[in-house]
Amino acid sequence: MSIFEYNGSALIAMVGKNCFAIASDRRFGVQLQTVATDFQKIYRIHDRVFLGLSGLATDAQTLYQRLVFRHKLYQLREERDMKPETFASLVSALLYEKRFGPYFCQPVIAGLGDEDKPFICTMDSIGAKELAKDFVVAGTASESLYGACEAMFKPDMEPEELFEIISQALLSSVDRDCLSGWGGHVYVVTPTEVKERILKGRMD
Amino acid sequence: MGDSQYSFSLTTFSPSGKLVQIEHALTAVGSGQTSLGIKAANGVVIATEKKLPSILVDEASVQKIQVLTPNIGVVYSGMGPDSRVLVRKSRKQAEQYHRLYKESIPVTQLVRETAAVMQEFTQSGSGRPMLGWLQTILDFNGNCGVRPFGVSLLVAGFDDNGPQLYQVDPSGSYFSWKASAMGKNVSNAKTFLEKRYTDDMELDDAVHTAILTLKEGYMHLKLLFF
Repeated sequence: MSIFEYNGSALIAMVGKNCFAIASDRRFGVQLQTVATDFQKIYRIHDRVFLGLSGLATDAQTLYQRLVFRHKLYQLREERDMKPETFASLVSALLYEKRFGPYFCQPVIAGLGDEDKPFICTMDSIGAKELAKDFVVAGTASESLYGACEAMFKPDMEPEELFEIISQALLSSVDRDCLSGWGGHVYVVTPTEVKERILKGRMD
Repeated sequence: MGDSQYSFSLTTFSPSGKLVQIEHALTAVGSGQTSLGIKAANGVVIATEKKLPSILVDEASVQKIQVLTPNIGVVYSGMGPDSRVLVRKSRKQAEQYHRLYKESIPVTQLVRETAAVMQEFTQSGSGRPMLGWLQTILDFNGNCGVRPFGVSLLVAGFDDNGPQLYQVDPSGSYFSWKASAMGKNVSNAKTFLEKRYTDDMELDDAVHTAILTLKEGYMHLKLLFF
């Protein structure tokens, strides 16, 4: 049993036309037992940067708290929000600090950068960044997610279509993974608004 | 003074509420070579006199204006060796920022951190500033303690907020200026700058004005001597 498979999770982020979407499942389990079906895995750092954390839930929560702390201080000192690329560099640095006793998390970062250009990236548990132009996935369902995204993704989708595609990719992938599921949580972010939606899939 | 149990600061308050060591540090700055900076609409210029003690000095080896990052530079008035310590520290801070955020440090942040270093040296008592722990070190005369930096810095930079010019004093206070001067002849230089400065100056005009201001001070000195 891998420590990364203790709680179970599924995360996707996808790039659209001047927008992005980030989605997660809602299950919180302890190995085979499901403990909660409304567990938050995607966090808003600010209106234009979202962070998804998969892996061990306790590490995900602690890492999120540390990052929010750093970002709040950054906002106070620099009187501006962090760009998504900057935030990704910060996450990477924080993870590598714990190189020989890491956080058992795989983050997914999605945001709108300068000129509303969407930015997504993921990294491993010790901070190796992986930038992508189309989609990134993480979690116990990642193999199915890769397949589904690869099949369904198109470049330059409008927010509504992006929502449909990311939702279908998420729900079909978590059905093949016993440790993730129990619905979905999708954020579609454009320069003007953030739309949060809950999905109902197979509740098992 | 030789008793190590007495760890008092060389920068203790006087009854009038001043830190006398800082006043003396400012005097050291005021007798240093003139330096000035002018913020233009599309850039910043910093300039200083480079008067060397003898014609035998290799002038190419003397660098009074230093680069902190590719878009931030600094000039000083006061004690050269003190400025070198600050430049070294500031460069390291800028690189640490970049290592963390993979972004160039904004001018305001670098100025803030440099000023914090200078302030440390006005309050550390007999502990060592710039170290993670306090350590009392006695010299041969039994003096323990540190002194403030004997320099004022003019930090000029260009970042996302446009051109910026900051002055940092030995006390650690910093100010943003449109144009400023430090060192010898500062009042004449500032008066000259006040007359000549316009908000929509281009960089070339600013360079020209900077040279004229320095020349003005030099001429003034020459008149004094002859």
